[in-house]
Amino acid sequence: MQEAVIEVEHLTAVYDDALILNDISCEVYRGEIFGILGGSGSGKSTLLKHMIGLYTPAAGRILIDGQDLIKAEGDARNRILKGIGVTYQQGALFGSLTLLENVRLPLEEFTNLPPDALDLLALMKLKLVGLETSSQKMPSELSGGMRKRAAIARAMALDPQIMFLDEPSAGLDPITAAELDDLILRLARSLRMTFVIVTHELASIYAIVDRVIMLDKRSKSIMAIGPPAELRDHATDAWVRQFFHREAASEASG
Amino acid sequence: MSPASYPRPSASLHAELLANGVLSMAVVGHLDAHTTASLWRDSMRELDRHPTNKVVIDASQIAYCDGAGIALLQGLRLRLANARGTLEIHSLPSSVQHMMDLYGEVLPNTSILKGTERTSLVESTGRASLNLMQDVHSLITFIGALSYALLLAIRHPSRVKWKDVGLTAELVGVNALPIVALIGFLLGLIMGFQSAIPMRRFGADLYVAHLLGLSVIRELGPLITAIILAGRSGSAFAAELGSMKVNEEIDALRTMGLEPIPFLAVPRVVATVLMTPLLTVFASLFALIGGLIVMQSLGFTLMTYVDALQSVIRPGDLLGGWIKSFAFGLVVAGIGCMRGLQTKSGASAVGQSATKAVVSGLILIAVVDGIFAIIYYSLGL
Repeated sequence: MQEAVIEVEHLTAVYDDALILNDISCEVYRGEIFGILGGSGSGKSTLLKHMIGLYTPAAGRILIDGQDLIKAEGDARNRILKGIGVTYQQGALFGSLTLLENVRLPLEEFTNLPPDALDLLALMKLKLVGLETSSQKMPSELSGGMRKRAAIARAMALDPQIMFLDEPSAGLDPITAAELDDLILRLARSLRMTFVIVTHELASIYAIVDRVIMLDKRSKSIMAIGPPAELRDHATDAWVRQFFHREAASEASG
Repeated sequence: MSPASYPRPSASLHAELLANGVLSMAVVGHLDAHTTASLWRDSMRELDRHPTNKVVIDASQIAYCDGAGIALLQGLRLRLANARGTLEIHSLPSSVQHMMDLYGEVLPNTSILKGTERTSLVESTGRASLNLMQDVHSLITFIGALSYALLLAIRHPSRVKWKDVGLTAELVGVNALPIVALIGFLLGLIMGFQSAIPMRRFGADLYVAHLLGLSVIRELGPLITAIILAGRSGSAFAAELGSMKVNEEIDALRTMGLEPIPFLAVPRVVATVLMTPLLTVFASLFALIGGLIVMQSLGFTLMTYVDALQSVIRPGDLLGGWIKSFAFGLVVAGIGCMRGLQTKSGASAVGQSATKAVVSGLILIAVVDGIFAIIYYSLGL
């Protein structure tokens, strides 16, 4: 029996009177890597932002470890938030701080570790993503891929149980993307961390993602949900099969 | 297992100095970021108390360990390595071993753990002078580039983006009118009242009009307008162009073959240079209206006031103040654009550019005002 860490129940999202998500229900299990897929404008990022409590659902609710993040207040809310780590599409690193200070910031704010412990722990997190030699650099001195990895190091500062990554490997070269996939896989398998990833990269999806949810741009609801290989081969929806095959075909030829 | 669960988990450290000089420490419990904070201090204190070069840690009773716990073990290892000692960890649970392997070993000579180096006074003085020189250099370069672009604009007016000039003129000029009028009015009112009190003692209160008219037209009108513009528009230019720089929009323009100075700076400078004299007229006018209210409260009529003003203000005064305001507009807009284009990167850099734009704008306004004072003096104006 799988243990659900995130439960999305009948989620409906509305933005400026436009329906973005219509009656979405799904579960994310502990230790799995869960992919959110769909065309541009299908509400992938909106679903992610509802999961991390940035947006309030128009209807339905979302439970993280059995608790409703929107209803939680004060300490209870902080406890849930400390259990999740988020990276954004552009990295969202603080431009005025070095990489080390970026990673150190959440540790400094939420723990009372002594300064050398903070430095060491921040450095360890940077080492985990292969950036220990760039710890004194400013975000502006880094390449896009390095920024994304640094953002992952910062999101992991407080050892969250669940990580949300918004297009982590978009814009990375294939080698770096594969290294990132490898890192995610190691974290998920050895630490039982749960990952929710918005992605377009079919290579990553087949390599690491356990289950995907596919969002439909037209009906604003779930098109399919399940392991990616299974959806590719056995999906009843023609569009889902076509989606996987067409992209797979172009990937093979390209 | 989750760190969020109740009751709050705890961890403890039991240290003992063995007869053979080895410090033995048993780490017990739940090692997360909260419990590790006190363990870190305790263990470092034990090491201070018993300076030894061999430490053995019994890890068998670690129930849970996250990154912070691993940092503790690594921190102890680094500290002993710096003192040429060794650390042995016994019976590490396999889950913790997994974490150890995942993080790998941080090298003991990692620079950040040695603390930051303090810079000497000589070094910081040198750096500051170098920065100042670079600043002056870039200012001169920018003035050159801007003058060239402005000359080109005068020779080929059709190449200027007049639509942008119009939009900027509205923002810089029309929208600034209420604040310029208000400050000008208050200036006239306050100066009038403050000077009327002592002058009345000597029966010279009619000369409030002379004092006010001359100082407002020649000096204060242009100056107050320039200061308002530096705070209002110079900073806005710097922030706007700075954000464009941060978002790589300036780079995008360059690669399209559009140079930022003619494309972005020239319309702003032209609009500001055209608007500043107009705003100066309004600032002076409202200051004189403020003075009129004071004069009327002292019992003088409108005619007397206007007469007094006409007798003291010569056309040269009007023209002098007016020409000066062109120069002020040029300085304020130019500095705003320059600081914006110099923005490095990051959100805080935009703020710094806006601040620098206002500060250097004010300094240059004072410098330009001084230069004009000398010129007018030698011309006998």
